[in-house]
Amino acid sequence: MSNTLSTGAANSARAVGSEKSPLLEVENLRVSFRIDKHTTFEAVKGISLAIPVNSTVALVGESGSGKSVSAMAILGLLPEESAIVSPDSAIRYRGRDLLKESADALRQVRGKEISVIFQEPMTSLNPVFSVGYQIIEILRLHMNMNGAAARRRAIELLTEVGIPNPELRIDAYPHELSGGQQQRVMIAMAIACEPKLLIADEPTTALDVTIQKQILDLIAALQKKHHMSVLFITHDLGVVGEIADDVVVMRNGEIREQGTVAQIFGSPSDAYTKALLACRPRLDRRPMRLPVIDDFMNGAAPTEFKERPRGLTPNDEIILEVKELGKTFYAREGLFGKRAIPAVKSVSFKLAKGKTLGIVGESGSGKTTVGLTVMRLHAATSGEVLFDGKDLLALSPGEFMRYKRRIQIVFQNPYASLNPRFTVGNILIEPMEIHAIGNSSAERTKLAAELLDKVGLPRTAMHKYPHEFSGGQRQRIAIARCLTMKPDVLICDESVSALDVSVQAQVLNLLQDLQDEYKMSYLFISHDLTVVKYMSDQVMVMNNGEVVEFADADEIYLNPKQAYTQKLLASVPQGFAAHQSA
Amino acid sequence: MSAVLDTMPQTSEVSPGLWRLAGRRLLKDRVGMVSAVVVLFFLLIIIASAFGWVAADWGREVGVSYANPSFIAGQENLEAQTMNAAKKKDDVPLTDLSAVDPLAPWYAEWEARTKRIEVTQVERAETLPFGGDKWGRDIVKKTIKGAQSSIVVGLVAAFAAAFLGTLFGALAGYFGGWIGDFFEWFYNVFTSIPYILLVLAFAAVFASSPFLAQFRGVPMVILILGVTGWTGIYRLVRAEYMKHRSREYVRAAEAIGASHGRRMFIQILPNVSHVVLVQLSQHAVGFIKAEVILSFLGFGVPIDSVSWGTMLAEAQNELIIGKWWQLAAAGASMAVLVTAFSMFTDALRDALDPKLK
Repeated sequence: MSNTLSTGAANSARAVGSEKSPLLEVENLRVSFRIDKHTTFEAVKGISLAIPVNSTVALVGESGSGKSVSAMAILGLLPEESAIVSPDSAIRYRGRDLLKESADALRQVRGKEISVIFQEPMTSLNPVFSVGYQIIEILRLHMNMNGAAARRRAIELLTEVGIPNPELRIDAYPHELSGGQQQRVMIAMAIACEPKLLIADEPTTALDVTIQKQILDLIAALQKKHHMSVLFITHDLGVVGEIADDVVVMRNGEIREQGTVAQIFGSPSDAYTKALLACRPRLDRRPMRLPVIDDFMNGAAPTEFKERPRGLTPNDEIILEVKELGKTFYAREGLFGKRAIPAVKSVSFKLAKGKTLGIVGESGSGKTTVGLTVMRLHAATSGEVLFDGKDLLALSPGEFMRYKRRIQIVFQNPYASLNPRFTVGNILIEPMEIHAIGNSSAERTKLAAELLDKVGLPRTAMHKYPHEFSGGQRQRIAIARCLTMKPDVLICDESVSALDVSVQAQVLNLLQDLQDEYKMSYLFISHDLTVVKYMSDQVMVMNNGEVVEFADADEIYLNPKQAYTQKLLASVPQGFAAHQSA
Repeated sequence: MSAVLDTMPQTSEVSPGLWRLAGRRLLKDRVGMVSAVVVLFFLLIIIASAFGWVAADWGREVGVSYANPSFIAGQENLEAQTMNAAKKKDDVPLTDLSAVDPLAPWYAEWEARTKRIEVTQVERAETLPFGGDKWGRDIVKKTIKGAQSSIVVGLVAAFAAAFLGTLFGALAGYFGGWIGDFFEWFYNVFTSIPYILLVLAFAAVFASSPFLAQFRGVPMVILILGVTGWTGIYRLVRAEYMKHRSREYVRAAEAIGASHGRRMFIQILPNVSHVVLVQLSQHAVGFIKAEVILSFLGFGVPIDSVSWGTMLAEAQNELIIGKWWQLAAAGASMAVLVTAFSMFTDALRDALDPKLK
């Protein structure tokens, strides 16, 4: 199957490339990694693609698809001690094969003609040098500019990428800039030498949605202005639709499909591409279940989607009521002083039984703090949390213990929230032991096994360690751990944000199935407006610790009343739709 | 959903428990196994010596003074010669004083009685397998007996220090706040006093306490070293706990209602145990050496027993007159044990980590 696929991919590569002369051609690229003496793992399995002059090519794939490895191979940045590039691979840049060039020659090309922006701006900038110094260093190295000219050029570049007061900001250190500004500085560094090709490796994944929008617009504008080519690597098809001319879809080291953005979004031919497009929640649709990759790969793609009704009805029973909740953190200042940092300011809401309340906001909005404070993982500064008629915040630790199992939380990072030294069995049985659920260890083991079935994991998982599972599977384990206590309220704190789109759809479906079955109430916290729209009956928009808007989900997305909500919604990547309307 | 399940590692149906898994990984580690065998060998020796199966007669003076090792039997041994010469001088026959000696009539009777008592003349060996010390004691037996006190001191004191350091570090790092401040000040007081001075101060205080004075000798050395040696481990464990207490898995444990003790010692401890294990091996080594200093200063093992420390202290003077074997025996056994032990703890740490496979 892989044979037919790669020849097909090679054909279409030619088809795409023939319209414009290619700047960079990747031919039959194969990259393997040594795992130990005898085994290697093939991360990229013979891909061919072309990047035409003056256009944006998006490389799309989920984690493990080989998209970043391909980009590193183009840059010659693969770790020499473990990576093996097959000898019949070729990466042709303006007639030169980059794989055959010497390290010195490559260094000349890299940075000057091909430059790169990484995902995490904070770790890509050196914290001990000012941003100006770091830009000037590149200009001196590659452009042979002297100090004064380089500084002038650096200020120009900062102006170009939209840093306010560039004359002053040039001497700022990375930590003095916001995440979005840091990414702008990274872009300034990348375009400093007027490269022909800019490789952007998930440049907006770590950023808030409004900032993401700004950075995407900036990259698109710079591409047009400088007539660059951009290789845009991302997992998010929504972003791709807005920015790319051509799209390459990768999975497991192979190219599944490539074509123009209109082809990919308008009439995708590959089942995987179709699945990727379908499994992401959308603002305008709300199917009963999200389609998952397997539906498409097995050829059983659902054609009709029944819409799920959402929203609160007047006779819904209220299970949790939060009144005027406040949380203030204190930072030490000076010798004895402390400065108050209000994280949550007077937040009130009601959560109905069996319903989902979505809390949405950007980083620093206080949405996570609300979740943690409600279940007393943070001590609240003020307010009440009424559950069963009792104020949870006023209970003594001993009294609260009885309520603890009834409000549970699923954290964001499934890699961090499971103890690496516990087997899955230990993880599931521990809460039952603490809360004396089940009479004997045999009974608890049986309950744990049943829960594994419920969350779609095999019973053999019992004796395995968390690291033996993928991210989605780990999140299932975390959900199963909460279910052991049969909670009434489940707080999902960015629970699907770290997962791939296809896995995210599976976990969202699982959460929905569990809610339908157990009538749990969810407090669904996320920065992702589409996911919140899909999951929630009611939505609360937060900004700077305050509630901006609170209404039924459909209401808030159709008629946002507040300017901030409108801005948030306008920043959501619209996919190819944006292309068409523009 | 099934696609996710298909990608599950299908290697084994059931993963065995942490310890069996660790044991299996340890068996595969060649360096770890060799060092484990060496450590085991030393442990067997000290068990045998503790029960008196070997080296029980280490104190017998079986050879001449500084008897040569048997592989260099021909070397001149001036010390033994001078000692023999001195003995011969005592054998000079007495002059006949029977005329004036009032005890003279009884001499013959005494002579006859003496003859009836059987006396075996100890034949002192000229050479011993690995030489002898000043009193002609066998170095091999002495090293074995010395291993017993040294290893017991090193290991038990290291375990004591690791226990205190882990407990204090866990409390300080996990709770922070005033509990953390308290332990920090306690730690600062300990580390502000020079080490030798601190050790001597404890030795003096413990020796003057009527209750603790009963534990003279090896138990006292262990007590002193354990009480003074926890500071480094405390510092590292505290840092690890500060790092781990805000990790999501600890948060998750808090969310399911796990108590502080459970979070500290069941959730976090296995994740920081590698730090403690490495420190344990390093401290065992350090304490074996520290016992040397204590013995040298007279606070160590009592005069009627032997340790590698006392052997090394003796060896200083011997080396000047060219008798190197006592130093070699104690030094080499210590080096072999110490290397094997630290490599073993290294292997143990790797084996206990479920992520490294």
